[in-house]
Amino acid sequence: MFAHKYGDHVDTDVIIPARYLASQDKNELASHCMEDIDKDFHKKVKNGDIIVAGLNFGCGSSREHAPVAIKASGISCVIAKSFARIFYRNAINIGLAILECPEAAEDIDDNDEVEINFDTGIIKNLTKHKEYKSEPFPEFIKKMIDKGGLMASLKKE
Amino acid sequence: MGMTMTQKILAKHAGLNEVHAGQLIQANLDLVLANDITAPVSINEFEAAGFDKVFDTDKIVFVMDHFVPNKDVKSATQCKQCREFAKKHNFKHFFDVGSMGIEHALLPEKGYIAPGEAIIGADSHTCTYGALNAFSTGVGSTDLGGAMAVGYTWFKVPSALKINVTGTKKKFVSGKDLILFLIGKIGVDGALYKSLEFSGEGLKQLTIADRLTISNMAIEAGAKNGIFPVDEITKEFLNGRVTRKWEAVYPDDDAEYDEVVELNLDEIDCTVSWPHLPENAKPAREGHDIKIDQIVIGSCTNGKIEDLKAAAEIFKGKHLAEGVRGIIIPATPFIYREAMRLGLFDIFLDAGCVISTPTCGPCLGGYMGVLAEGERCVSTTNRNFVGRMGHIKSEVYLASPAVAAASGIAGHIAHPEEVL
Repeated sequence: MFAHKYGDHVDTDVIIPARYLASQDKNELASHCMEDIDKDFHKKVKNGDIIVAGLNFGCGSSREHAPVAIKASGISCVIAKSFARIFYRNAINIGLAILECPEAAEDIDDNDEVEINFDTGIIKNLTKHKEYKSEPFPEFIKKMIDKGGLMASLKKE
Repeated sequence: MGMTMTQKILAKHAGLNEVHAGQLIQANLDLVLANDITAPVSINEFEAAGFDKVFDTDKIVFVMDHFVPNKDVKSATQCKQCREFAKKHNFKHFFDVGSMGIEHALLPEKGYIAPGEAIIGADSHTCTYGALNAFSTGVGSTDLGGAMAVGYTWFKVPSALKINVTGTKKKFVSGKDLILFLIGKIGVDGALYKSLEFSGEGLKQLTIADRLTISNMAIEAGAKNGIFPVDEITKEFLNGRVTRKWEAVYPDDDAEYDEVVELNLDEIDCTVSWPHLPENAKPAREGHDIKIDQIVIGSCTNGKIEDLKAAAEIFKGKHLAEGVRGIIIPATPFIYREAMRLGLFDIFLDAGCVISTPTCGPCLGGYMGVLAEGERCVSTTNRNFVGRMGHIKSEVYLASPAVAAASGIAGHIAHPEEVL
């Protein structure tokens, strides 16, 4: 998987602009994902790729269309220095993997090849031959994801 | 160990005597809210998970406010889905065209919010209700779909920044100037995952309208919520509006804060946030060279009657500069009628402005004032991100209603004193 790198404060208005919010179609959302800061994103992204970004990724609106658009683009994980809190919840709830790791977010460059172990939180940069350690998910979130997301976990109670 | 206001409300709703920052809890909710953009996704999640009943038909509110009256077939379809779901589940609180207002102006106005309550909404500006001493925060649609089914949700208990407000408010300075100044000071992630807890002698000078605007934009500093204590001003607002029993929540004397931020009103003049982040706050007096094409006065942040009055005070007997378009959006039907009754519509129309039905429309670049390439707008809304109000090469400057009106008259960013 290869990295697509962005800066600080990537907001939900650039992840998926509001002019497309009248749609809930995942593929349509994916086709406009990131277009206001990276017009060709949907053309160059490959299944399994990752997004690497700086501080406060996903700030702004509560629109779940943002993590949905990223996931539907084929992105398997977002690594950032920090996440905006609503985006963080939304990503977990819809099953988009996200990792907070300032060291990896700083060091990984655009197009670096990366491998992630979600059980240990270890991120390997195959291009630079480096390793970074991130905090794996707390137990209750792991449980939620194991059950298939928030709605599935509520249903079984 | 003492607790903050937010921690006390969360503890009570989780059935615990005490909570501490970082703790994961499950809390019962007094109200859950969604709009025409976020509710459809919640409904899909709710139905896909196989739920057939909502937890309480009296504790869910749907407000059709983002793209109504509908701007296109897709938005009409989304509203139709909300309408049919609300009818099927016997919702007691469904606001459609005719009764709808912008959600965060409508709910406090109608008495849906009381001190000490816990509220989530699938809209990031749900944090507005902290102005009335409630814990409220924005969540996503799946969170909301779950809450509609079971009436509770999970939270990580936040730590807090204490914002100590002192000094004397200057003429023309409003809640908007305070919050833009504060975000300029601490940054758009200055309160990430935390509460903003307001306190201090200076609060006495802030009206409920000011406080609603301040709490509304807590999210723009990354905060989970922004909360005020109850005082006489709060009680006067709630009197006759909220008839159920409520209990004010105050912080413990030994509550722990990550930091105390001093906000001295003596130092705050009319403030504008330059593109493309709300933290780019500067004095309005420095905007003389920024020529503008449009002003927007409205939104969940600044569409209240006090906001329209402040704008009308500047516009009275004056006209927009040539080439500037002025869009006024009263946030609710009550505000609309009140503005009409007070003669504010005449002032706006004489000034060359148009008056819209309540809608979130231009704030998020939906419709009713979208910008073309290279255009600039001074707006009383809450975000100035790239492309927020239209073309990715358009610019939004965030300001108070008084500054937006003054800028419209001047044709460039202006302090109200420059046009009076």
